[in-house]
Amino acid sequence: MDSFVEATMSSPVYDEMRGGDGAIRPHYRAFADWLERTPPDRIAQKRGEAERLFHRVGITFTVYGEQSGTERLIPFDLVPRIIPADEWSRLEAGLAQRVRALNLFLRDIYHEQAILRAGVIAAERVLGNAQYRREMQGVDVPGDIYAHIAGIDVVRADGGDYYVLEDNLRVPSGVSYMLENRKMMMRLFPELFGTRSIRPIQHYPDLLLENLRTMAPVGVERPTVALLTPGAWNSAYFEHAFLAQQMGVELVEGQDLFVQNDTVYMRTTRGPERVHVIYRRVDDDFLDPLAFRPDSMLGVPGLFAAYRAGRVTLANAIGTGVADDKSIYPFVPDMIRFYLSEEPLLANVPTLMLYRDADRAEALARLDELVVKEVHGAGGYGMLIGPAATRAEREAFRRRILAAPERYIAQPTLALSTCPTFVAAGLAPRHIDLRPYVLSGESIGLVPGGLTRVALREGSLVVNSSQGGGTKDTWVLAATETA
Amino acid sequence: MLSRHANELYWMARHIERAENTARLLDVTYRTSLLPYQVGEPGLAWAEPWSVPLITMGLATAYYQRHPVLTAENALRFMILEPSNTSSIYACLRAARESARSVRGAITSEMYEDLNSAWIEMRAYDYDRIQALGVSDFLDWVKMRSHLFRGVTFGTMLRDEAYHFLRLGTHMERADNTARILDTKYHILLPSVADVGGAVDYYQWASLLQSLSGFEAYRKIYSDVIAPRRVAELLILRDDMPRSLHSCMNFIDDTLKLLCDAHSREAERQAGELHARLHYGRTDEIMRLGLHEYLMDFLDHISRLDGEVSKAFLVPTD
Repeated sequence: MDSFVEATMSSPVYDEMRGGDGAIRPHYRAFADWLERTPPDRIAQKRGEAERLFHRVGITFTVYGEQSGTERLIPFDLVPRIIPADEWSRLEAGLAQRVRALNLFLRDIYHEQAILRAGVIAAERVLGNAQYRREMQGVDVPGDIYAHIAGIDVVRADGGDYYVLEDNLRVPSGVSYMLENRKMMMRLFPELFGTRSIRPIQHYPDLLLENLRTMAPVGVERPTVALLTPGAWNSAYFEHAFLAQQMGVELVEGQDLFVQNDTVYMRTTRGPERVHVIYRRVDDDFLDPLAFRPDSMLGVPGLFAAYRAGRVTLANAIGTGVADDKSIYPFVPDMIRFYLSEEPLLANVPTLMLYRDADRAEALARLDELVVKEVHGAGGYGMLIGPAATRAEREAFRRRILAAPERYIAQPTLALSTCPTFVAAGLAPRHIDLRPYVLSGESIGLVPGGLTRVALREGSLVVNSSQGGGTKDTWVLAATETA
Repeated sequence: MLSRHANELYWMARHIERAENTARLLDVTYRTSLLPYQVGEPGLAWAEPWSVPLITMGLATAYYQRHPVLTAENALRFMILEPSNTSSIYACLRAARESARSVRGAITSEMYEDLNSAWIEMRAYDYDRIQALGVSDFLDWVKMRSHLFRGVTFGTMLRDEAYHFLRLGTHMERADNTARILDTKYHILLPSVADVGGAVDYYQWASLLQSLSGFEAYRKIYSDVIAPRRVAELLILRDDMPRSLHSCMNFIDDTLKLLCDAHSREAERQAGELHARLHYGRTDEIMRLGLHEYLMDFLDHISRLDGEVSKAFLVPTD
């Protein structure tokens, strides 16, 4: 595994704003000048204002595992992450390619399973995966699109190259923060936007709605779209409400819907009203107590039958989790080659699959350097960061790996790129990642940028909001912008 | 729109209106409690005005379960800050904000921000801070927040069904609350029968008018001393007084005409009937029946109408 060893980062950390020689990179020059000119007390005052505004607007999330209903702000940092035009066009092409292949993969495994028969991926990896939904076998979905909304986590490491860290194809969240962060920056510092060509992102909800409409069951001329939320106590409730409002569609809970003759209706003040497309932010397991978890109070009895009958579209489709599972992730480059006959434009992070004897031996020998992730874990829970862990923590993980090796993967500890960030002591570099949102319908669309998350603790590599991460505005510069 | 959303909007508006009227009720009580007041048993007499808001809101039992003795401080704590009292200002603002949170998609972001900041400010109040600020100033703040909410709603919201359910909630609650506040005078005992029409009586009527923003209007319209039958006319029958029962029923009747269709005729009929009684009612009849009796009958009808609205729109059974 030469590539794996090479990728184990020893090169210095890539800083988004400054080059190795300490000089400001060209695409940050205008911002750095502005920062230089702006008095620190104005910045401090604006930081306070941002916090007040976020509280007032109620852009909060609920933290699991804490006292029920604890609402917290996701810390917002004023220094934007800036992406030059040429870098973005490469990213954009790579993301579109990747999501196209992932949708083809999902279509394939729920129909002919050509990729399994060709031996590219071992059948038991897919069919034995907990995220594989047998119920979806042979079900046709409009446009053969499964992952209508994909959040692809991208990091920059290794001297500046971009890597895909993770695909999120179930109910990816965070896009509301992307939109609110931009709104906040424009409100606080309008002068930064007037003279620069920062590409706009505010049309995301329109793009999403248009996309959902085109995915309606065949023959429906004016489809009714609704957004299905688990309810006000879900950690992403703000986002559900925000998107429903921005799209002008009803925000429904399971209790607002019912199914009659394979048709889905909302309960309204004027009687039942048919729903054609459901942008659902409820996990597969909870969608329909008749088809999946019988104890679910969040779902709609009969929804799956209506879905199978082609009477309602669900976005994303049921069963997409099998394609974003960490045990499938290492095969995405192969999927791109298999379905598109193209070379991947965006690299995967080299990954050891611990069910393989050689990979496991290597990982166990280097636990102090690697990151070990649970295949089904998400949100930064259930992972080991070797270099930061204690000996006892590493030993505990070693025992867990040996007990069930197929449940783990290992990757090099990436030296994620850094971006200057306001901390108590002033500006300091902090590690960041990027989640662009890729919309698939009749074509693939994405707004330039995504959500930049930042690990606020010094040296920390975990950017998840549940683990003390913050966010930044993300600027993609138009091609004409030079400095 | 979704029935669940209509229900939340209706109750959001009711809770904001109730917070305002609880403030008004406490305001009139507070003013009354400052008046000279001499009856035979001084200990009891001192606390007497504070029983009035509890009785008129139907909260006396709940109060005595928490506090064995009636004091001004306990009554204020109970009516302003007590989380378990669903009519306390704290509980009303909390409930309104929770409703707003669950129907964010149906209201404007300005409305949500307004309710959210009201709630954030409310949470910072405790009894000592209210005392330091002054009880009247705090109650003014509550009224101001309610005015703000109405203004934001009026100024930013699309005139759609959601707007109509909000307005319906506001006026159902206001009709109920105005009737209850008017009824307080019935419960505030005068020191003796000889005092009827005397100075204390006058001041009590005056502070009641003030609490319903009716004092200035009274002076403008009647340019005369305060007489109970004119107060009744002003706050029950006149349709140009925004807090009067007639004015509230105008809104309710109009709104239900917009909202109702074949499956909700009964709500429309009840509202029309109640509206007609105010539209064609006469002060003489009210005084002959007795103000207290008239108001009790009205509260009964409003409560029945509320049940009908729920059945038709808010909590439907398939």
